[in-house]
Amino acid sequence: MWRFLVRNFIQDLKLSFHQSADALLAALKPGEEAVVSLQGEQSYFARFNGGKIRQNTSVEQATLGLQFQNQGRTFHSSFSMSGQLQNDVELMHRCLAQARLACEHLPIDAYQLALENHGQSDVEFHVPMLDPLDAMDLIVASAKECDLAGIYVSGVVVSANRNSKGQNHWFLTERFYLDYSLYDGEKAVKSSYAENNWNTPHFLKNLEHAKSQLKLMARAKKKLAPGQYKTYLAPSAVSELLGIFSWSALSYSDYRRGNSAFRKLAEHEKKISPLFHLKENFSLGLGPRFNAQGEMASEQMDLIKSGSLSNFLVSSRSAKEFSVPGNCANESESPRSLELLPGQLAHADILKQLGTGLYLSNLHYLNWSDRQNARVTGMTRYACFWVENGEIVAPIEDMRFDESIYDALGPENLLALTDFQALELDTSTYEACSLGGIKTPGMLLKQFTLTL
Amino acid sequence: MQDLHRALNKIKSEADWVGLRLVSETTQARTVRNEKIERSSTHFDHGLMVEVLINGHFSYAATSDTSDEGIRRAALFARDSAMRASQYKAFDFSTTQRPPTQARFTPAWASHQQSNQLQSITDNLLKASLAMNINGQIVNRLASAMWVETDIQMVSSNGADIHQNFSIVGRSLEATAQDGSESQIRTHGELLQGGTDCFNSDNMLQRCVEIAEDAMHLLTAENCPQEKLDLLLSPDQMNLQIHESIGHPLEYDRILGDERNYAGWSFVKPEDFGKLQYGSPCMNISFDPTIAGELASYAVDESGQPATREFLIKDGILQRGLGSLESQARLQLPGVANARSSSWNRAPIDRMANINLEAGNTSFEQMVSSIERGILMRTNKSWSIDDYRHKFQFGCEYAQLIENGKISRLLKNPNYRGTTVQFWNSLKMVGDTVEVLGTANCGKGEPNQAIRVGHASPYCLFSDVEVFGA
Repeated sequence: MWRFLVRNFIQDLKLSFHQSADALLAALKPGEEAVVSLQGEQSYFARFNGGKIRQNTSVEQATLGLQFQNQGRTFHSSFSMSGQLQNDVELMHRCLAQARLACEHLPIDAYQLALENHGQSDVEFHVPMLDPLDAMDLIVASAKECDLAGIYVSGVVVSANRNSKGQNHWFLTERFYLDYSLYDGEKAVKSSYAENNWNTPHFLKNLEHAKSQLKLMARAKKKLAPGQYKTYLAPSAVSELLGIFSWSALSYSDYRRGNSAFRKLAEHEKKISPLFHLKENFSLGLGPRFNAQGEMASEQMDLIKSGSLSNFLVSSRSAKEFSVPGNCANESESPRSLELLPGQLAHADILKQLGTGLYLSNLHYLNWSDRQNARVTGMTRYACFWVENGEIVAPIEDMRFDESIYDALGPENLLALTDFQALELDTSTYEACSLGGIKTPGMLLKQFTLTL
Repeated sequence: MQDLHRALNKIKSEADWVGLRLVSETTQARTVRNEKIERSSTHFDHGLMVEVLINGHFSYAATSDTSDEGIRRAALFARDSAMRASQYKAFDFSTTQRPPTQARFTPAWASHQQSNQLQSITDNLLKASLAMNINGQIVNRLASAMWVETDIQMVSSNGADIHQNFSIVGRSLEATAQDGSESQIRTHGELLQGGTDCFNSDNMLQRCVEIAEDAMHLLTAENCPQEKLDLLLSPDQMNLQIHESIGHPLEYDRILGDERNYAGWSFVKPEDFGKLQYGSPCMNISFDPTIAGELASYAVDESGQPATREFLIKDGILQRGLGSLESQARLQLPGVANARSSSWNRAPIDRMANINLEAGNTSFEQMVSSIERGILMRTNKSWSIDDYRHKFQFGCEYAQLIENGKISRLLKNPNYRGTTVQFWNSLKMVGDTVEVLGTANCGKGEPNQAIRVGHASPYCLFSDVEVFGA
């Protein structure tokens, strides 16, 4: 039934989007321009606690957006699409009327972009997925001996974009993932399972690995004193660290507005290790290359190369405001598909190279504590261990860290990056399922500062 | 208005119990930056959640297709999903968790959406941005306004009939001063239930000048010292302190472990209620969705439980947690009316509503004069707390040193850290005047939900707190 629902949803949505967009674009008067966009999904969410189903929700939703421009004014309008053609076309016309009225009372938009035809694209990723109710059965049966908490998400996410100059982009991806943690009392490990094709043996192997990690947590927790420790950050922990770069650090507009944590990096007052090479990489296939304007970003673009800032993310609006070249960033100028390139530290050598120190699998609740100095605070979480002479000795009590990126990733402090990477999907589902993610290796740090 | 009763009648035989929740919300927003319009938008959100109870398990199906066909499709999928999931249900629920409440909630303030008023709001934001332009070093002068009209209808097969309307307005100001690589920010925000006439208050331009001047002065201020001393927190920082270290740890769904994989667990155990000395005896915390104008006020929650004022902490002792009828049944503890969802596309979970720190009897001046050496901190800038809501670190925009009972000088980059119970037990004075504030984006839940919550607090004085600077 699920596959049938998804297929019908996509067909109805595509038809309704194009006919609504056709109707709107045909109704524009001379001098008026418009971008019509679509964000839609059909998703199934099964939430687990104690290995049982706590809540399960299916969601079919779509939002149709209109960016209307007339006589130098810009107005944004959007509404929930029903997928019922006549209703959606009627709502589209109502939005247009509202936008025209609003523009009569708005000041000139000084940084309005002249619309262009940014081309056409049609990309769809279809993956063999289990019916979500069957997936629910399988997960519960496989985890029956475990205290498992988490969420299984499956479905289809659509993004599309047209404008009055003729551009036409369509992106669709089917995907599924289980984002979960296993518990032994208050001791826990975190894992996730996602693939391009549901593979039950792979899922069971993933679960077994998490169970084996949980056994390592059985030993008594070691309480650490605040101080500096040699530290290995596993890819999930590095992903958390890179995630905070989305909070204004890489935005050119924020840089000009005094809000970027990388001002000192951009102005060569501070350096990070030449081992550190971060780029936006759309070839990972995690989301559409086009932004809300329909502009197509380069498939790959360096952000930080050999420790130096190569590019901020610059939207066309910022480019116009600050008279700099743009690079088709989205409006918030946040990364959409990050990749940190790997290094040479082999998996088998991680503990040996760490020697004595911390093995941190996950970090939690990061925030800038001092943006001017790129200082970040946050917590250790889940499977974090004390290691002595290359052997895991004990899990640690969770600790707070507070450390500048310039110190943690500094030329003397970033000792190595692993020769393997992990892909961390963006699992955010606020309002709707997010796309994108981060591909990253683990990293070995000479010192990492714990404070509480 | 859509006839939900008619829609319900067509599907109510599909399950042991069926509920429908229809949400329509219009959000309008204007943002001005550096005296130029940045963004003008309207979003109209509309959709319906079908909720079914089968074999003691609730399942949900949400759709933006609110036609008869769309509702029926959602209902049938919710039914099939519930039948399957009920084999592995976390708890055996019943209609006791969905009482047949009938209620209405309509605000006193009128809706204002005439185009001339929208122009007036834009003009005021332009003036606000200009008022912040006191010096070339104020590189960012942001003024924004948002107003939201929400209509929620709920009906159920056992007779619930609830209709609630909300009108919400918000305004925020932001001034950033920059000199070389040094930058300092000051902000001001308001978020409450009310009408758009709130935007025309005369004091806004004065506030713009104040925050711009603050940001300028902070550029050359001393860094916050690192030491343990008395800490006086303003209501706009108490807002965050209450939210993170009282609101979240008292949520029953966290205590029950539902949130362990995302937002986290809680250091609070079920046996702590009625016993735990959470804070000092001058600490009194209420859950109160009945206060007119506070952001998260309502008549009834989304399970149908009528909203009432309840003390969570009385004289420092933990009394009651934040749990809806579902969590109350699971924990066998009394709770509150707090089953809330972010919109039609999410299932209700345990949320804060208005969580308020009750006023004490000490004036601001008396608190300052009692401090031999301390720091006054205002307005949250950075926040982080662990998944048990135990170890926190918070940063503020603005601070002043207090020496020998007098405010002596300005300090920049102030931060403080501590552990929840120890910190609240160090509360030694509570101010006599409450300020009402709100937060628009309290995040938790899988799938994720951001929701509006209200907080009211006076100035509060804590002793022996570890503070530090950049």
